[in-house]
Amino acid sequence: MSGEITFTIDGAQVRGQAGQTILQAAALSNIYIPHLCAKRGLTPWGSCRVCTVLVNGRPQAACIQPIAEGIVVENDTEALRDMRRELIEMLFVEGNHFCPFCEKSGNCELQAMGYRLGMLAPQYPYFFPVRDVDASHPDLFLDRNRCILCARCVRASQELDGKHAYGFVGRGADKHVAANARTGLGGTDAAASDMASEICPVGSLMKKRVGYAIPIGQRTYDAKPIGSEIEQGAKPAQAGGAR
Amino acid sequence: MAETQESVIREICGRFGNDPTRVMDILLEAHRRLGSVPAEAVDAIARAVSMPRVEVESTLSFYAFFSPKPRGKFVIRLCNDIIDQMHGADRVGRAFREELGIDFGQTTADGLFSLEHTPCIGMCDQAPAALINDKVVTNLSSDRARELVEALRASGDVEHLKLTLGNGNNSHPLVRSVVRNNLRERGPVIFAPLARGTALRKALAESATEVIKNIKVSRLRGRGGAGFPTGMKWEFARAAAGENKVVVCNADEGEPGTFKDRVILTEAADLVFEGMTIAGYGVGAATGIVYLRGEYAYLLAFLESLLKERREAGLLGRNILGKQGFDFDIRIQLGAGAYICGEETALLSSCEGKRGDPKNRPPFPAQSGYMGRPTVINNVETFCCVARILENGPGWFSSIGTNDSTGTKLYSVSGDCDRPGVYELPFGAKVSDLLAMVGAQETAAVQVGGASGQMIGPKDFARTLRFDDLATGGAVMIFNRQRDVLKVAEAFMDFFCEESCGYCTPCRVGNRLLRERLGQVADGKGSPEDLAYLQKLGETVKATSRCGLGQTSPQPVLTTLRSFRSEYERRVLTRPADLLPSFDGTAAVAVAESLAQRRSVYFGK
Repeated sequence: MSGEITFTIDGAQVRGQAGQTILQAAALSNIYIPHLCAKRGLTPWGSCRVCTVLVNGRPQAACIQPIAEGIVVENDTEALRDMRRELIEMLFVEGNHFCPFCEKSGNCELQAMGYRLGMLAPQYPYFFPVRDVDASHPDLFLDRNRCILCARCVRASQELDGKHAYGFVGRGADKHVAANARTGLGGTDAAASDMASEICPVGSLMKKRVGYAIPIGQRTYDAKPIGSEIEQGAKPAQAGGAR
Repeated sequence: MAETQESVIREICGRFGNDPTRVMDILLEAHRRLGSVPAEAVDAIARAVSMPRVEVESTLSFYAFFSPKPRGKFVIRLCNDIIDQMHGADRVGRAFREELGIDFGQTTADGLFSLEHTPCIGMCDQAPAALINDKVVTNLSSDRARELVEALRASGDVEHLKLTLGNGNNSHPLVRSVVRNNLRERGPVIFAPLARGTALRKALAESATEVIKNIKVSRLRGRGGAGFPTGMKWEFARAAAGENKVVVCNADEGEPGTFKDRVILTEAADLVFEGMTIAGYGVGAATGIVYLRGEYAYLLAFLESLLKERREAGLLGRNILGKQGFDFDIRIQLGAGAYICGEETALLSSCEGKRGDPKNRPPFPAQSGYMGRPTVINNVETFCCVARILENGPGWFSSIGTNDSTGTKLYSVSGDCDRPGVYELPFGAKVSDLLAMVGAQETAAVQVGGASGQMIGPKDFARTLRFDDLATGGAVMIFNRQRDVLKVAEAFMDFFCEESCGYCTPCRVGNRLLRERLGQVADGKGSPEDLAYLQKLGETVKATSRCGLGQTSPQPVLTTLRSFRSEYERRVLTRPADLLPSFDGTAAVAVAESLAQRRSVYFGK
């Protein structure tokens, strides 16, 4: 598949190549579509739904929807911003997120998205789930309280590290990340040097002992909001790039 | 792990060629032999089929009928859908609990019985119903529940239960089930007699493209509910690049209130297989799969025997009916208790041995479906129509029904009426006509299309059942004036919370939020703002969910908000003076009270 495709996002003309998703084509044109589970270098997943846009009036996830000639994409509208904020709020109330003392604070994409989309406090009631922490690995820990089930670790382990350290177990509200060993993460071949260990958007899969190496205030989203790197024309961060 | 368990697992895996795509079958067989699949057995399966253990665990943990924990020799699963509840499932549940001395979710100390709840098992026309292992028991009462437990204790074998067998093929030696067909109205398409092979012979006399053209001319639309034109679907699959195309029959009818496929599979399965074979010829596929819901496992041996007969008659296999180069065969994939697998791409994941997660679209199954191969997926009823169109011609078919909805439609009617059962009617019948036909009185609400359909009130009873008005996969649940429509909606939301696969945010989280707030309103603890909250939340879940489950799961809330708004308003407006009626102070301080070991000054009584 090759060939240039022209379409519009919020009225602006965008050019892309056949085979690209709306999210990819938009990023290359310095248009930011908020997203969480999508990550450059990983197979599109489509679980968080934050990148929902309207394509010819119909809602579609921009991270999995291929571009097509002449499509009319709506992205930065009040209705969509509202919906995205609702989705972010859902993720906040579903887990146990404690921004003020989380190691990821300031580097957390969920937190940054909350700020960007103008979330003050979730309008929904908290679930306060009881979730397990897996600290069995010498250099990594998996805190499911903060997991948003984006599958970045699951995908990165397979696609970038050539391993299969993580998977999903359970259905519905019980769905959670599991390690590929009966004894937990410590029983797998996961390593701190894996790409998967760098890629968690939240404070769920973390390296031990380095949580506060960079002081809060000097972190990625302390200075500028999430998405500004795309809007300002900087190259999108590589998969596994330092965050 | 005990040597025996390891060797059993190895033997089972070997029987399925140590094929990782057959993990569903391996797990089903392992449960039959071992009762459960504990962690050691997961390791053994992972080793045998050479796949990561977490992926085996992933499949194991997804399906309601699988368990890592030991369960009783007899697993009693009482259906707790809304219709069964209306017919006394709670009383039956209490009888089971008392008789067994355990609660739901528990196993008796002697390891003989486990007691569980299960969503709709396709027996709403003979509710309350339950599964005992694969065996269906219907029309339960508390006395009958006690009798069953006693009989199982005495005989130690489900097969030794004395049961009054149902009518038609339910009494077939390979079925031997108490299920009754309750086939109340036979129409010309599905339940007319069929001479085996007639339709297929006519199809094979034409070219494959002519067969597809016939389907297109008939204007047949998919009977699963979405109504996609079948001929167009086939054309896509036929045109798709790729070898080894596949035809899949979706027999995972799990929509609460639906049971018409049960009756088709019992009385007209040959027509289904005939339709699938014609589809195979039309799209150029050699592989057919029937995905049969785990709840209908009691039909498996019977269906397998029909397939065998068809093979022996030259209607399946190589060079079918002497047509050189036309090879097609069908295997049955059994499910294991997951409503989501009725979603076509989740069904494919399950057929591939995986957890029943829906797949991202595009690509659509017609381009890349089962194992990445171009795949046509149609409903049981759709395949019946296909066979009949080839037998009697597309003109005959399109003369039945309405312009936008040709042919007949099967309705599974249950709830408050005298004659629940299956009705085959030409498309375009009025709801009021159907209500009269089934003997429904004082009807206050009708849920058209099951939990994911819509709840309508009397002002909509003059509307017609067809794709462009009231579209439905066939479930019609009737509620009279004694029923509380908000409680009905609550039951449906419970169902969706239970059955969401958990892949995407809005469905996984949003449905629970809808359920919580709906419950508060139904209990008279809602605020006036809750109506707007429910509306907005429902619309977001609908718009942003990844598959048809989440895109329709807010329907119980949204359609009752529309049709029964006064029911909501009546409850939330009765307590305008309360600041936040849903706040229960006593419950909120309960944990603190227990820690402090004293009662709250303000909230403790």
